[in-house]
Parts: sequence; structure tokens; C-alpha cells
Amino acid sequence: MTPTPATFTPATASQTAGPYWHMIDFPEWADLLRAGGPNAGAQGERITLTGRITDGDGAPCVDALVEIWQAGPDGRYDGGFHGFGRCATDQDGVFRFATLKPGPVPGLGNATQAPHILLTIFARGLMKHVTTRAYFAGEALNAADPVLNLVEEGRRGTLVAQPAGAGAWRLDIRLQGEGETVFLEI
Amino acid sequence: MPDPIPFRRPDPATQPPYDAPAYGSTHKRHPKQKLVTVPHTLTETSAPRFDPAFYPPQVDMSQVNGRAAMGERIIVAGRVTDEDGRPLRGAMVEVWQANSSGRYHHPRDQHDAPLDPNFEGRARLFTDAEGRYSFVSIKPGAYPWRNHANAWRPIHIHFGLHGAGFAQRMITQMYFPGDPLLPLDPVFNCTADEAARNRLVSTFDLDITKPEWALGYRFDIVLRGPAATPFESAP
Ligand SMILES: [Fe+3]
Repeated sequence: MTPTPATFTPATASQTAGPYWHMIDFPEWADLLRAGGPNAGAQGERITLTGRITDGDGAPCVDALVEIWQAGPDGRYDGGFHGFGRCATDQDGVFRFATLKPGPVPGLGNATQAPHILLTIFARGLMKHVTTRAYFAGEALNAADPVLNLVEEGRRGTLVAQPAGAGAWRLDIRLQGEGETVFLEI
Repeated sequence: MPDPIPFRRPDPATQPPYDAPAYGSTHKRHPKQKLVTVPHTLTETSAPRFDPAFYPPQVDMSQVNGRAAMGERIIVAGRVTDEDGRPLRGAMVEVWQANSSGRYHHPRDQHDAPLDPNFEGRARLFTDAEGRYSFVSIKPGAYPWRNHANAWRPIHIHFGLHGAGFAQRMITQMYFPGDPLLPLDPVFNCTADEAARNRLVSTFDLDITKPEWALGYRFDIVLRGPAATPFESAP
């Protein structure tokens, strides 16, 4: 075993990404399947994940930085699929990712997690990012998912994307107020 | 498969709150419901590996196509470690900032200060085997914002960090020593713990400074560490 380190320094404090983070926006990163990208030619079920981010007044968040992290269709994070994407919200507060549907992922112990995509939002007014998950409506594994089951039943729907056309999934995000999205402390 | 090693939960005093009354933009954007604490699964303990072939590094912000940006050239360097001092190797660091006049190369920045065609204000770096990074830039300028009367942001550089687990993902800001705007800034001051705030302030470092060329500043960054001590065989 490693001896207890003599020094412990708490993690650096988060600070808001502010309204000008677009200097590090590369719009092509929202397409995980982009030609010439790390997943070019990857096989699986092609999907889009779209959503609108609104604030406590229902106004669109037009300056948010959304990132996703997901497993590949094989349910692995360390397989061949590069499950990272970034997208800026547009003038309507909408983000859109093109990716492959993730497979089920191992949970703790012998548990299995239903297919899901981790979503993080950075923005002006968020001193630290918020984190949530997008599950897929109709997935049989959702009922036994260990994380979904930590959420009170009445709010669970805020984590479940709904079908919105062929291969299209939609999950709106409300930062505050009526129908507030369940955010995860990770 | 054994369960992954979770990350340590932060002491709330060392991180800012979502609801920071002095920072107006938090009023309508902070969650009001309690966050749901989830155990760390592979989803949280794994993270993307950023291959420089797809994410090419860019370490010199002080020029565009060989034409020097206006302002005071600086070198910023430091180490990225976890809370126990272990280096993060090959971590991708993203950096962005305003130019020397306090203006971002950004269509929504309407501050009445000159743009500099030779300053774009972004960099992408990867840490080495000891967790070290460095880049060349121009000292940014302070800029006004509309948070309160006569509000100015202290000069700062934005940093985005990607660790070995997505739970380590973090965006922060580096400040400069002796800035008179620091005591007035609600973004800097909303973190309760004074030592945690002060770790956001870089230090002037003569060892990083290059004679006849640029001043050097040190900014070390700490990402969350493992909650349990891993075995030494897992680097
Ligand atoms: Fe800024």
C-alpha cells in the first residue's frame, strides 16, 4: 500500500466558464461521428441527442457549454469509441449531438446500468458545472438502473430522453424552477 | 470486475456555491433542488483520452503567423496533480483569455477596447510525465462587466482541465498577484475558504521568467484525488 501522503491539497476551486468560453468551441466536436475524427467509421446505432436549456424564468441559456461522456455501443469506456463531445447552445438555448447509442455499462457490484450519456453544463452564472444523465425512454434496463433509482420517482423523467423522430432523442434541461432537472453530485 | 476507486468528495468551503448572491447571473441559473449524490461508477471514473493527433497542441498565444501580439509577453507554467500530489500525465489543458486591452476575440464582447489581429487568445496543452505544462501568452487586461456599478473583472486566464475520470473535469480561472480588483470581485470571492481562493492567484516566478524576453508566472492546479489509496502498481 502507498503510505498516506504527507501533504493534502484540496482540489482547485471551480470558477465560471463565463460568456466568452467559445474561444475553445470547436463546433465539429458535437458530431462524435465526424469524418476524420476519432470515431470515423465506427459502427452502431446512430442517434442524435438534442435539448433546450432554460433558466428559472424559462428563458433560453444561449451561452452554455455542454459536454457529454458516454460508453460505446459495446458498453465500454475504454474500447474503441471516443465518447466525448462538446456543443454550444444556440440562440434558442438548444444543443445537439450526433453519436452512437451507448450500450449498457457495468455498475457497482454486479449491477448493470441502463444505457446513458453523462451530460455536463458550464455557463455564465454557474460557478461550477452541473451534471446530469440522459437515459433512453422505453429501455427495459431503466427500471433497475441503480442511479435512476436514487431519484424520487416524480422527478426521474427529467433524466429520460424521449424519442423525437427516427434516431432522434430529446432531453430538455431546466436549470431552476418548475420541472427543474435532477442534477447529480458526482 | 472490482468496483472503480471513487474520487474524494470536496469540502464545500473550498468550492464556490451555485447560489452566489453577489454574482447576479447565478440568480436564475442555480439549481434550487438538492443535488442527488451518486456513487462513482465507471461513468464517473473513466474519461476520454485526448489523442494529440485529433486534438493538436497549441502552446504559443503570443503571436499569429509569426506576427507578435501587443502587450506584455508572459510565460505561464505549473503542475497538474491530484489532491495527494500525484502528477496527472498527458492531461489536456485548455486555456482562453482576453487580449492585453481586456477584449476577447469574441463576437459578443462589446467592450470598447481594441481588438488585436495578432491575438486570438486560446491554447491547448498536454501535461508531461511529471504533470507539468507551460505556454506563452500576453498578460490579459481587466475588463468591465455589468454585474454591479463600476464592476471590473480582475485580470485572469480561463483554464479547462480534463483528468483521468470525468468527475475530475473542471474549469477555473487563474488570477495575477497584487491585482487591486481581486478584493472587489464576486466571482473570485464567493469561495468561502481563503486559502482555496488564494490558490487561484498565480505567483511571479523568476525561474520561469526568461531574460530579455518574458515574465514568468506559476499556477499549479489540483484535481480531485482518489477517496481510497490505490495500490502503487496502478500509476
Ligand atoms: Fe473572462
